Amino acid sequence: MTKTPAAKLTLGPVLFNWAPDKWRDFYLRIADEAPVDTVCVGEVVCSKRMSLFEPVLAGVIERLQAAGKEVVLSTLALIMDEKEMNAVRALAAAADFLVEANDIAAAALLDGRPHAIGPFVNVYNEGTLGYLERRGAVRVALPVELDAASIAALAGSADAELEVQAFGRLPLALSARCYHARAHGLHKDACQYVCGDDADGMELRTLDGDAFLAVNGTQTLSYTYGNLVGELAALRTMGVRRFRLSPQDIDMVAVARVFGDVLEGRQTPPAALEALGVLAGGKPFANGFHHGTVGAQLVAASGSAE
Amino acid sequence: MTRTRTLELVCPAGTPPALRAAVDAGADAVYLGFRDETNARNFPGLNFSRDELGDGVAYAHEYGARVFLAINTFPRAGHPEPWRRAIDDAAALGADAVILADIGMAEYARDTHPRLRRHLSVQASASNAEAIRFYHREFGVKRVVLPRVLTVGEIAALNESIPVETEVFVFGGLCVMAEGRCALSSYVTGQSPNTHGVCSPASHVRYEERDDGTVCRLGDYTLNVFGEGEAPGYPTLCKGRFDVGGHAAYLFEDPVSLNAIDMLAELMDAGVTGLKIEGRQRGRAYVSQVVTAFRRAVDAAARGEAAPAEDLLAVAEGGRQTAGAYRSRWK
Repeated sequence: MTKTPAAKLTLGPVLFNWAPDKWRDFYLRIADEAPVDTVCVGEVVCSKRMSLFEPVLAGVIERLQAAGKEVVLSTLALIMDEKEMNAVRALAAAADFLVEANDIAAAALLDGRPHAIGPFVNVYNEGTLGYLERRGAVRVALPVELDAASIAALAGSADAELEVQAFGRLPLALSARCYHARAHGLHKDACQYVCGDDADGMELRTLDGDAFLAVNGTQTLSYTYGNLVGELAALRTMGVRRFRLSPQDIDMVAVARVFGDVLEGRQTPPAALEALGVLAGGKPFANGFHHGTVGAQLVAASGSAE
Repeated sequence: MTRTRTLELVCPAGTPPALRAAVDAGADAVYLGFRDETNARNFPGLNFSRDELGDGVAYAHEYGARVFLAINTFPRAGHPEPWRRAIDDAAALGADAVILADIGMAEYARDTHPRLRRHLSVQASASNAEAIRFYHREFGVKRVVLPRVLTVGEIAALNESIPVETEVFVFGGLCVMAEGRCALSSYVTGQSPNTHGVCSPASHVRYEERDDGTVCRLGDYTLNVFGEGEAPGYPTLCKGRFDVGGHAAYLFEDPVSLNAIDMLAELMDAGVTGLKIEGRQRGRAYVSQVVTAFRRAVDAAARGEAAPAEDLLAVAEGGRQTAGAYRSRWK
């Protein structure tokens, strides 16, 4: 086995509208038990949700830091008015934290000091990556749509630490319109926070009954869980050292342990895939984007045995 | 931001005949792309060769219209050449502006062709003042095409706080997702607007006749089933009909077309400069009819009059129209 530098795990921000108690308890357990190096907190999808977990946010951050986790503040992915802009400005001013910009506006606010770029900013090539690095980006979570060849090319030129989502539903689209509200016959302004009913996203089926997408308020995700456990070795060879686990409403501590075990050679990818299948409750996995094909597909890993 | 007195009509030119039709119908500007993956309408049979762009520029300029070249996909890592060449050729062939989405390409255009006017594509998803000021400050962008996520009120507030012109879509196909940040198409087909310049590509569309009607599939997924009396539409992913809690519904958007022809005065008051008509994939007849109608409406708005009654329903997608995100009730 060739020697590769240590890899790190990031727990992405909770994308769903979880009740404040559930949200807090999730992060407290992560703090105590999950073998992740970094934890992202903050509302990315809908500004209307921000005030919901605000009362428990400081306590969560404190516990994560006390447990030795690096805490990253994630910002809104779609900023449409001055109120949302001000919320992002407040986060960007948090000098003690690494802030993850999910809109170019946030990256502009963080200009000149070390910051992270989130997966909602379009970094498709070396030109854009290099530009953002010169403005202070030290970590860049790549868009989920990128294939292995693009990731390899980016890794070959990167000064910043590149991060690739390795687990969780794939964020596919954002909108001004709330599809959760629309599905319930409600308007976004009077949404009754119906997105809170679907802790893992609202599953959308085709008219032929095939599971297709997952709706999370204004966000649309894949129905499948993205899973690159079989591609970790190849990604590390390219020079990617950091992998993102995007929280689902399942045992994410156990998921993090599986990924940690694979990264440290204690478990093989096939065994890990099986274990993750059980943890995901039978949800299908996908890695097609990585293999340059239909994103929903699960391509059998080749040559990834360690 | 000063109020513009006349709104500028920016019209689609998918082919040289469409360009001439748009100019003849009164377009102030046309926008078009090269015949490759550098633009977001990379469809078979569309777009311009270098020679055709040269001829198109000559024709447009003769009639006082400008030509904007869309180079609005995201260069593939390791292969920036087609995009750089497109920018170089736009400058060499006399295009009046390039419409860019990628930060790396904006930097390349600024450094290599500083006198070539730069617009920011809707695909860059600059939906707020901070983002727009960034593209202006860093890359000298002079105009921003706004994502279709803002209300007229939000557009007015935005125009008060940015130093650049704005251009908004007023007619045609309606993206309901934030443009440039949507991977739905590649999730199903492997090809997206950002990577290949296509959305829900025809190569992946299949129609099947079944007992329950005409089934419309994109890749492996059924996007609609049209029963008796329903005209089968094109399966653009976000216009599909799905099973929502046990009943069939257009969850994301009904098969409707954007039409803001009745809102031109409001958009003018909101400080908008350019009005964009979608439809580079549409034919000459569409271009002629829509541009003619909007020419009359823009001229009427400039005189402070209401838009003349125009029936554009026949050319609207799905035969129905919406004002989209411009009205807050849409959200």
